[in-house]
Amino acid sequence: MNNNLFGYDHQNTWIHRLSGSSKLFFFLLVSIIAMVSYDTRFICLVLVLSLVLLQQSHIKWAQIRLVVKLIVAFSLLNLVMIYIFSPENGVAIYGTKHVIFGSGFYALTQEQLFYEINLALKYFVTVPLALIFLITTNPSEFAASLNRLGVSYRISYSVSLALRYIPDVQNDYQEISRAQQARGYEISKKGKLMARLTGAVHIIMPLIFTSIAKIDTISQAMELRRFGRNKKRSWYMQRPMTKNDDLVWVATIVIVIIGGWFFHIDGSRFFNPFK
Amino acid sequence: MNRKHLSIRTVVAIGIGTAIVFLLKRWVSIPSGVPNTNIDTSYGFLGFAAVLFGPIAGLFMGFLGHALTDFTMYGMPWWSWVISTGFVGLGMGVLHNHLGIEDGMFTTKKMVLYNVWQVLINLIAWSLIAPMGDILIYAEPANKVFLQGFVSTITNSLSTGVIGTILLASYAATKLKKGSLRKED
Repeated sequence: MNNNLFGYDHQNTWIHRLSGSSKLFFFLLVSIIAMVSYDTRFICLVLVLSLVLLQQSHIKWAQIRLVVKLIVAFSLLNLVMIYIFSPENGVAIYGTKHVIFGSGFYALTQEQLFYEINLALKYFVTVPLALIFLITTNPSEFAASLNRLGVSYRISYSVSLALRYIPDVQNDYQEISRAQQARGYEISKKGKLMARLTGAVHIIMPLIFTSIAKIDTISQAMELRRFGRNKKRSWYMQRPMTKNDDLVWVATIVIVIIGGWFFHIDGSRFFNPFK
Repeated sequence: MNRKHLSIRTVVAIGIGTAIVFLLKRWVSIPSGVPNTNIDTSYGFLGFAAVLFGPIAGLFMGFLGHALTDFTMYGMPWWSWVISTGFVGLGMGVLHNHLGIEDGMFTTKKMVLYNVWQVLINLIAWSLIAPMGDILIYAEPANKVFLQGFVSTITNSLSTGVIGTILLASYAATKLKKGSLRKED
């Protein structure tokens, strides 16, 4: 069920064989630079690269259909909102105004169109990378990857506990939810807003109290096994670093440098074709 | 972490807390009509758990729980809001030593303190940190992000206030009151 939730799919491509820490490093740095940059050329470059990687990792459309639909819906909503609230944001950013059609406050300008296209690209660019990471990396390897990237092993272990217990908590939640609905607490759309809120409280409460009891049991078990005695720990699921991993680290740094170089050419985060 | 290492109980609390924040964010929220913005029951839990386990646990529960939810639902964490959730956990955790829930006493005075504090923390998080982050990181228009932030301030303080207070009161009721045992003469 754990693997189900995050969509991990066991295969044997070169991307699957990479260590989780290299993939995480690549994902984090590339998505941060793509998030900060508003240079269309650079974002397109990253988008093409991430689509190639998506194809290389043998991910099928059926596996990612749902997530992609959610993101498209979310992005469209956000883009429309931005236009409604601030149809001249692009003009403010790029400093010129070329009206395509219409007049007054809601006139469609080239600058606004370009700004929103950039935003849409930015919403999409990191999605393939995140999907590749989720689908090709065993969740059990995640903690080891975090630890290797310098996160303290205690926090890494917390993350691994969270991943381990999400399915359990989900099961508890479903059981409690059914029991409380049988007693008449409604949380689905059939109930009124207040009824749903009180219903939610009656489901959350038992869930949280069982979980707090769980926290005590688990921490006592870990104490007995002397968790946290040493400065370091080893991970059962850690993959050894290979030559490919080194290449991924180098590639990540090269991409970040290219992104930074585009900042330098543009003189800011924005690429301005209107000048 | 600071001075001493995280205690085992904190490590476990972060793990389980993250799992619960994830679950609540994913399944138990009610849409409010503005994108990115729901009446999110996870903030009620976060307020309660941060008071129970302290600021460091609150910070990581909020941050990791929100990041995991975004990462698995949208393929990318929306960093400015993830950071704000972490801040709410951190801020509410400050009350850990002041409320003394483990003593089994949740008086009206403590209830007022909790609620005044949570409105303040939510105000800073959603009307200041989140919109500023949106403007700095994503260059979104100011009036849009401040409206979203304003709506979230209201929905999240409702959640932290109502659900958090009920949870704290019920939890305190399960604890033995301090000084409730007397030596027999």
